[in-house]
Amino acid sequence: MMAIFTFARLTLFEARRKRILFAAILCGVAFLVVFATGVFLAWRELLRRQISFVERQGLLVMFTLAGLYAANFLSVLFAVLLPVDAVSGEIDSGVMQTLASKPVRRADVVLGKWLGHWIVVAMYLMTLSGGVLLVSRSITGFVPPSVVGAISLMLLEVTLLMTVSIAGGTRFSTVTNGIASLGFYGIAFVGGWVEQIGALGGIQSARTLGVVVSLISPADSLWRLASYNLQPAFVRDLGAVVFTSASVPTPLMVWWAGGFTLVMLVVAVRSFEKRQL
Amino acid sequence: MSERVGPPEGGPYVDGGPYVIETDGLHKMFGRTLAVEDLSLSVGRGEIFGFLGPNGAGKTTSIKMLLALVTPTGGRGLVLGKPLGDRATRARIGFLPEHFRFHDSLTGRELLRFHGRLHRLAGLPLEARIDTLLARVDLIEAADRRLRGYSKGMLQRIGLAQALINDPELVFLDEPTSGLDPLGRLLVRDMIAELRDRGTTVFLNSHLLGEVEATCDRVAFVKQGRVVHAMALREESQCVDVELRVAPLDAATLTGLAQFGTDVTQVSADVVRLRAASEDAVPAIARWLVARHLNVYALHGRRRTLEEWFLDIMGDDQRPG
Repeated sequence: MMAIFTFARLTLFEARRKRILFAAILCGVAFLVVFATGVFLAWRELLRRQISFVERQGLLVMFTLAGLYAANFLSVLFAVLLPVDAVSGEIDSGVMQTLASKPVRRADVVLGKWLGHWIVVAMYLMTLSGGVLLVSRSITGFVPPSVVGAISLMLLEVTLLMTVSIAGGTRFSTVTNGIASLGFYGIAFVGGWVEQIGALGGIQSARTLGVVVSLISPADSLWRLASYNLQPAFVRDLGAVVFTSASVPTPLMVWWAGGFTLVMLVVAVRSFEKRQL
Repeated sequence: MSERVGPPEGGPYVDGGPYVIETDGLHKMFGRTLAVEDLSLSVGRGEIFGFLGPNGAGKTTSIKMLLALVTPTGGRGLVLGKPLGDRATRARIGFLPEHFRFHDSLTGRELLRFHGRLHRLAGLPLEARIDTLLARVDLIEAADRRLRGYSKGMLQRIGLAQALINDPELVFLDEPTSGLDPLGRLLVRDMIAELRDRGTTVFLNSHLLGEVEATCDRVAFVKQGRVVHAMALREESQCVDVELRVAPLDAATLTGLAQFGTDVTQVSADVVRLRAASEDAVPAIARWLVARHLNVYALHGRRRTLEEWFLDIMGDDQRPG
C-alpha cells in the first residue's frame, strides 16, 4: 500500500514540477474568463429585454450547460492525454526497468500512477466545472439542480477515460495509445449523437445503435445523464435547450460505467504484470 | 543443454548458501525470436562476476530474466535462494540498467529519496544513506540540481547510487561505465572493489574487457544466447603464450616441449608456440633447450589478455563484419 502512495506522490510531484498543473489551471482560468465575460454580456442584454421567466431560465440553463459542456470536454481531453505516456513512455525510456526491479508489486506501479493522475484530473475538472457554476451563480444568481450528482457523473466519465488511457499504455506505444484512447471517446461521442438524433427523429435503429455504442464506450452517456440532471424539470419538459436529452441514459448506465472503469483498471494491472520490460 | 558453468566448489540451492545465482537452462523467446537459448550458470556469494558476449548475445535479456523484468519461456532459476521474481528478495538486490534514465525534473537527491522509499527506507537513516552515496559518486555539489542538467556520466553515477541505496547483497550492473570518462571508470572500479570487500556479489555486464579484467573474479562468455565458457580470471590469467625460435626444430624437440605446456604448435620452420600454465615455464624451457645444445634465437612468454580469450571463445563468426 505504501508503494502505491509513493508512486502517486511521484506522479503529483512530476505534474507540479513539470508545470502541467500550472499550464492546465492557467488554460482553465482563461476559459473561465471568456465564459464569465460571455455570461455577463448576455445577462446584461437579457435584463434589457422583455422576456418571460421561462424563456430567461431556459437561456440561463443553456449558458450554464454550455460552460459545463466545455469544461467537461476539456477535462475529457486532459484525462486522456495526461496519462497517455505514464506507463508506455517509461517503458520506452527504460525508467520502468529500474522501478519494476524494486521490491514492489507491478500492481503498485499502475495503481499509484492511476491514483496520482486521478487526483490531478479530478482537481482540473473541479476547478473548471466549479468555476463555471460559480460564474453563473455570481452573475445571474442561477444554480442548476443536482449539481453534486452531475459533477459526480462527470468525474466518473473522466475517471473512466483516464483508466482506459492508462490501461492502453500498459500494452501499446504512446502514440498508438493516444489515438486509441481518443478514438474510444470519439466512438462514445458519435454514438451519443446517433442515439439523440434517432430519438428525436423516431428512428429506432439509430437509437438502438447509440445505446449499443454507449455500452461499448459509456463515457458520453454519463455526460448526457449529468446534463439532464442539471436542468430544472420545467426546462426539460419544454425541451428548451440544445443539451436536452431526447434519449436519457438509464441510471443503470452509471453502474455499467463504474463496473467498466473497475474492469479497465484490473485489465491495466493484469496487462502490466504480464508486460515484458 | 550446455554444461553448467559455476564456481569450482558447488553448494546447495539455499538462501545463505554459497551461490547467490543459480540458473538451469533458462530460455527466452520473443515471439519467434530466440533471445536466450540456455542460461545455465552459478554465481558464488561475494564474487565479482563478469558476463561477456558480443552485441545481441542475450546478456541484457539474461539480466532481465534474473530480475523478473521478463519472464523466461523455459528453465529455472534461483536468486538469493528464492525463485525468480520473489518480491522480498528484490529488497536485497540492486540494479543499474544500461543507459540509466529517470524523470529528469527530479534532482539527484530526490531520485535517491524516491528509490529509498520504494525500499521502505525513510527518515534520518535514508537521508544519511543518500548523503553517503552522493559523496561516494562525487555528486554532492550536483545533488540538488535537476537530472535534466546532468551529463551522461553524472546520470550513470547517480544511477549507480540508486542501485546501492538499499545496501544490497547482490548488484546487477549493466554496462556501468558506459558514458563515463576515465576518472568515472576508475570511480566505478573502486566502488566495485569496495563492494567486494563488503562481501557484496556483483554481476557485471560490460563490453569493456579491460574493466572486466581489472575487477572481476570470474567471467562467463555468452554466445548466441548460450553460456559457452566460464573461467576464474586469477587462475586463467596466469597462463602465458610462449613463442620461441629455435634450430634445429625436429619432432623430438616438439615432443619435449610438450612437457612445459599445451597446444604446442609449429608455426614455421624454426618457430613454435605453446601455452604454459605460468611464467615459470619460460626459464625452464630456456634451460631445457640449452641443455639439449639447441640454438635459441628468441624466447618470450606473454600473458593472455581477456580480449584474446574473448576472441578465441567467440570465434571469427562473432566479429563485426
